[in-house]
Amino acid sequence: MTTVVKPSLTPRPRLTPSAAFAEAHRCLMCWDAPCIRACPTAIDIPGFIKRIAYQDDRGAARVILEANLLGDSCAHVCPTSVLCEGACVLNDVDGRPVPIGRLQAYATSPVVQGGVQLFTPAPATGKKVALVGGGPAGLACAAELTLRGHEAVVFDAAAEAGGLNTRGVADYKQPRSAALTEIAWLQDLGVAIRHNTVVGEDVTFTELLDGFDALFFGAGLGAIPVLGIPGETLPGVEDALQLIEAVKSGATPSDAFAGKRVIVLGGGNTAIDAARLAVRLGAARTVVVYRRGPDEMPAYHHEVAEARREGVAFSFWSAPHSVVGDGKVEAMRCRRTEPGAPGADGRPAVVTSDEPPFDVAAAVVLRATGQATRQSLLAELPDVATDGRGRVIVDDEQRTSQPGIWAGGDCVNGGKEVVNAVAEGMAAARSIDEELRR
Amino acid sequence: MADLAVNICGIDSPNPFWLASAPPTNTGDQVARAFDAGWGGAVWKTIGEPIENTWSRYSSVDLDGHRMMGLNNIELITDRPLETNLAEIEAVKSRYPDNALIVSLMVESTREAWQRIVRQAEDAGADGVELNFGCPHGMSERGMGSAIGQVPEYCRDIVGYAKEVATKPVFVKLTPNIADIVQPARAAKAGGADAISLINTINSITGIDLDTFAPRPTVAGQSSHGGYCGPAVKPIALHMVSAIARDADAGTVPISGIGGIATWREAAEFILLGATTVQVCTAVMHWGYRIVEGMIDGLSGYLDAKGMASVNELRGRSVDRLQKWENLDLNYVIKAHIDQEACIGCGLCYIACNDGAHQAIGAERHGDRTRVWIKEDACVGCNLCSLVCPVHNCITMEEQETDHESLTWVDYSAGKGTLEPRPKHGVTITAE
Repeated sequence: MTTVVKPSLTPRPRLTPSAAFAEAHRCLMCWDAPCIRACPTAIDIPGFIKRIAYQDDRGAARVILEANLLGDSCAHVCPTSVLCEGACVLNDVDGRPVPIGRLQAYATSPVVQGGVQLFTPAPATGKKVALVGGGPAGLACAAELTLRGHEAVVFDAAAEAGGLNTRGVADYKQPRSAALTEIAWLQDLGVAIRHNTVVGEDVTFTELLDGFDALFFGAGLGAIPVLGIPGETLPGVEDALQLIEAVKSGATPSDAFAGKRVIVLGGGNTAIDAARLAVRLGAARTVVVYRRGPDEMPAYHHEVAEARREGVAFSFWSAPHSVVGDGKVEAMRCRRTEPGAPGADGRPAVVTSDEPPFDVAAAVVLRATGQATRQSLLAELPDVATDGRGRVIVDDEQRTSQPGIWAGGDCVNGGKEVVNAVAEGMAAARSIDEELRR
Repeated sequence: MADLAVNICGIDSPNPFWLASAPPTNTGDQVARAFDAGWGGAVWKTIGEPIENTWSRYSSVDLDGHRMMGLNNIELITDRPLETNLAEIEAVKSRYPDNALIVSLMVESTREAWQRIVRQAEDAGADGVELNFGCPHGMSERGMGSAIGQVPEYCRDIVGYAKEVATKPVFVKLTPNIADIVQPARAAKAGGADAISLINTINSITGIDLDTFAPRPTVAGQSSHGGYCGPAVKPIALHMVSAIARDADAGTVPISGIGGIATWREAAEFILLGATTVQVCTAVMHWGYRIVEGMIDGLSGYLDAKGMASVNELRGRSVDRLQKWENLDLNYVIKAHIDQEACIGCGLCYIACNDGAHQAIGAERHGDRTRVWIKEDACVGCNLCSLVCPVHNCITMEEQETDHESLTWVDYSAGKGTLEPRPKHGVTITAE
């Protein structure tokens, strides 16, 4: 019998100066440090940690932000245990890596959340770059371009930019207000954002390509598609990302699932985020229904472990058959599945068994089965090639097949971490800068 | 259990652990609690003519988050009335007859003043007195403390004054703020000293407040140099103790070793270099009297493990292991060895050797780890890699088979013997 822990509702507090100082001194300052290699944005981690140790906190923030202008968000939302902290050599000493994420937040928060500006943009080049999508990739790219002297204008369809940083990150990792403050800090740096501007409707790609010297496409992914199963339109079936967004904005109250049974469909990190959110919304029981086994889940093991600690249950090898209910969701009807021959991706194919379906009682069903690509938007950029899964194809400098257009973030990588999007955005900025200075 | 009892110049002590003359021995209540905790002896905080102290008195040096690696003070001798101290000394000695109680003294440099205070201390029941020729701050400006310890003739004369009237042993506490510690030690012996205590504190300025530019400890925006002690000074103290122990003249005088002792290990080191008792201050100012329990247990266990029945068997065992450099063996070859199983791949040995020593370690990425290896033909056996390695026993220094007999510089420079082949040097830089 495992003990269910009370889920935390707020982000980890900032380290105290004493704790940060002590932890910073644990860093060995490795040569060719593996933590740097594990960081998609290649932050000089020993460099910033030693600045904390030497009581140069601003210097630490500068080192972080020079490599990653969304370093404050990343400090809170990065899966550090599989990135920098997972690579820390101290794991081999006593299993206690340096808490790099928390030290990073210790350094960046007073600067980014405190509205302190450390950087001065280079002299203006007179060049203009349009950025489609104001998520982490577009914002990082725009900010880096701004620092390099270019005029960067972000076009975002929403009233608030930030993409999943603002709408999709669980509040117990980083609250929406912190994401918005970070965006304000980037705007103060010089990044221009046109909110409520839908590219393709309010402004066309042609206008952007004509009016700007380069274009960065970072529109992310779309909604989670319906599964097309019976009963899916019953009240109580929701898109997990829309739920997270509604909770973060306050539109959905914090006790929305009190006493209810909740089912989450899917096995990725969004499914786990949604399940852990359901627990926090008061769900009486939360079950993740996944059509493969625990070893095949794309979600991080440490997130799954946290979810289990919080009481989340899992029904593996179960595929959605239909949603059952009279006017509202009453149960999720599932069919047993079993592993078949390995498919092209190496994972076993899913074979539905002949056994009769079974019902799992539920009042809420959350769809977390993967976001769709933005096919209609991409259709307006016919010369930008995509792969078989609808992802934009780029080279190692984030250039698309169309000269003058770069891309990065979820629309390219299919849905990875904030830090991957930032890395791609900053790499694109360096490439664009080089191109514009030719 | 090994016997920890010692006798230094006629004074018995149940163990070699004494409190040094300092704030932990300021009052009778403190010394009584220290004896209750297990300290074998105590040197009462220096008594003398009335003084007044500043308020801000101590400052320290931290290292990598560890507090008080070095402690500095500008506190003077006792600021309590002489009569109070003498009465409490009498009370403590009568309550703790089996503990060693020494009284530290410091007065102006006249025969009358010194002889009067020696008599007063002895009348109060002290087992001995310790002449404070060491404090390097404040009192030294008034011609006392280190102002005496820095002039061998003064040392000799004042010890002589004390010995004219003393009926109990006279310790002399020396200042390390001098070029050759052996000179005042010999002078103290010439004056008749029964034992030598060292080291007192080292002239120091621990740091400056970078906001106000005021050095620490700050007294109304100003400061004054103080006396440095604590773990940071142990190597200096060990050297000075060994220098006296190795001296044919001063080396016959019993030594009470002081300087950075915090555990049984440092105590054992001082004893190995000739000390009979050791005195502790900073560690008690940091952790309290209770640390003596671990010191007693640790030293007993160590002696048991070494098969020694008494701490007296340990004394001086390392004195002859210190030689002049010219007598060291040039043909003793060691090389670093890395335990690849234990290695965590931090690469610190590589960067230390490559930038800071002799370019004898290679490093490369091996999967997602860093792999390091010793370049046997370039390793000079300097030890640096084993010093920086954060993993216990991962890098060890291994003695190598050699083809030639041992050879000292003395013999080699006289044309004798054959040198083992030396390691090759690192990359040769050219102008292009």
